[in-house]
Amino acid sequence: MTELALPPALIMVLGAFFIPAENGRGRKRLLLGLPLATLVLVWLVPEGASLRLPFLGVELNPVHATAEGRLFATIFAIMAFAGGLYALPRASRRELVAAYVYAGSAIGVTFAGDLITLFIFWELMAVGSTAVIIAADTEAARRAAFRYLLVHLLGGVLLMAGIIGHWVSSGSLAVEAMRPESFATALILIGLLVNAGAPPFSAWIADAYPEASPSGSVFLSAFTTKTAVFALLVMFPGTELLIWVGLYMVFYGILYALLENDMRRILAYSIVNQVGFMVCAIGIGTELALNGAAAHAFAHIIYKALLLMSAGGVLLMTGKRKCTDLGGLFQTMPRTAMHGIIGALAISAFPFTSGFVTKSLETAAASHEGLLVVWLLLLAASAGVFLHAGIKFPWFVFFQKDSGLRPPEPPVEMRRAMALFSFLCIAIGLFPAPLYAILPHPVDYQPYTVEHVVSQLQLLLFAGFAFFVLLGQMKRTLTISLDFDWFYRRFLRELGGEFAVRTAAARQRLEDRAYARARRFVANLYAHHGPHGILARTWPTGSMVLWVALMLGCTLLLYVL
Amino acid sequence: MNERPHWLYRPENRPKLWALLVLIMVLALSASLVIHPHAHFPGSGFALDASFGFYAWYGFVTCAAMVAVAKILGIFLKRPDTYYDD
Repeated sequence: MTELALPPALIMVLGAFFIPAENGRGRKRLLLGLPLATLVLVWLVPEGASLRLPFLGVELNPVHATAEGRLFATIFAIMAFAGGLYALPRASRRELVAAYVYAGSAIGVTFAGDLITLFIFWELMAVGSTAVIIAADTEAARRAAFRYLLVHLLGGVLLMAGIIGHWVSSGSLAVEAMRPESFATALILIGLLVNAGAPPFSAWIADAYPEASPSGSVFLSAFTTKTAVFALLVMFPGTELLIWVGLYMVFYGILYALLENDMRRILAYSIVNQVGFMVCAIGIGTELALNGAAAHAFAHIIYKALLLMSAGGVLLMTGKRKCTDLGGLFQTMPRTAMHGIIGALAISAFPFTSGFVTKSLETAAASHEGLLVVWLLLLAASAGVFLHAGIKFPWFVFFQKDSGLRPPEPPVEMRRAMALFSFLCIAIGLFPAPLYAILPHPVDYQPYTVEHVVSQLQLLLFAGFAFFVLLGQMKRTLTISLDFDWFYRRFLRELGGEFAVRTAAARQRLEDRAYARARRFVANLYAHHGPHGILARTWPTGSMVLWVALMLGCTLLLYVL
Repeated sequence: MNERPHWLYRPENRPKLWALLVLIMVLALSASLVIHPHAHFPGSGFALDASFGFYAWYGFVTCAAMVAVAKILGIFLKRPDTYYDD
């Protein structure tokens, strides 16, 4: 059955440009209405719908409804709704437009039926997200946005090259499962992995996201990396390499977050950690594992946004973002603290939260496949999540020493957005069935066995015990940690500086030589044509007559001959 | 400010908080006496996960190890947070 359908992405991408014209109530209606309308359309588009658009000799298919796409589009729309609510009191117009274009294009990717459409929305996301960072309107944000854009343009170039190569060699532009065996498909994989925050390009997440405004970083945390998870899930399921890439990301996130002092950078590193779980599950590639990756992405977007909303509320009310400056805030911000703690429990997969019912699909998939080492590492990483995000974030921000700060709660819209996501964290944890029902594959999994709950509680409680026992070792310092971005922020810059110094010297020499030559030329000219030069002298009339006679004589002679 | 510090910050309450944490941990651990976890990898020779308190010590040891590794990495990677500022 083929029906004509409207791309759900367009509602938000185009609707975004009406936001600046509206103020007050109208803007609120638009910010909340656009995501809801998108959500409705996402579910109204019939399976098998298509919209064929001829474009440069190929046929684009921007409305391709799949179970995976619908799942991701649903959570993206929910996220845009809560993000819009959170952004309502403070965000600038520029940020709102950029964020809605960004969110809309993420939805566009999930409905892309061909690689060209996917690429167009992919790049639109890069532009939108860069604009969200710039909208923070600080010098640091502008610089971070530029570095962010460079990484994503590189990823985009790799992806485009891969898509063209794949098209030329296979003649297919369909978004479908492929193997990274040819050069072209390997390039596509690398292009997707750049957006997922895979090594070596993981640093951009912790570099750029924390520079955005409080609401900006909430938007940013949701779309780019999870769109990459979606694309990997659809195009590279069961690619074994991804298991190891994912495990690297999981531990990278934990270790860097443990070293970090900036609360929003801790949460940014933890995005890499969480996406690592999903990438690893995609690498395992069984139906259970893919369900796990999709469900985990769904739950992750909610609790990660919740954590960043809580951190953003703290930043907005205190103007501080370093753990060394914060502490004791639970006394005057009890709601923000409570929402932060709910998010922290959910990310740690505490029983009765959304993390518990989704992440355990992934670990179960590892054990079903008999991957002992992977299972043990994922288990250790689950404990590590509690360590670096589950306790570290709420402890250092809301508890630890009393910093003496007594900020009030953030504005009511922000609190409502947090309440909505806290509710979802717990509701999904208590009633996972509706989420399981929309996963790409049928689910035959029971998260709530007494044994599972007890073992998870033991794992987390003793991880928490380790945190408090080793608290002295984790004293926050005023430091950052070097990462791969050192190569392009320092090494290449120094190299560039050195190059500039050397080439400046060479240029100086060339210039000197050219000047000397020019001076010599001018001196010669002066010698011959100057007031005392041989050609400028006054000549007697007689000598001219003599020369003319001589020349006429020569002509005559030549003529006669 | 001459208000009395919140009860969480009063030094006399610290031992109570630790005792509470230990009590919860003991409770979670004692549940394993009744419920025996099953092995996830039957037939592979690995049965550690079915032993008493596996998840508890594994969580503690791996977390301690991660903190230690982070500490060592920090020696090489940590820089003042003004490092990239010009």
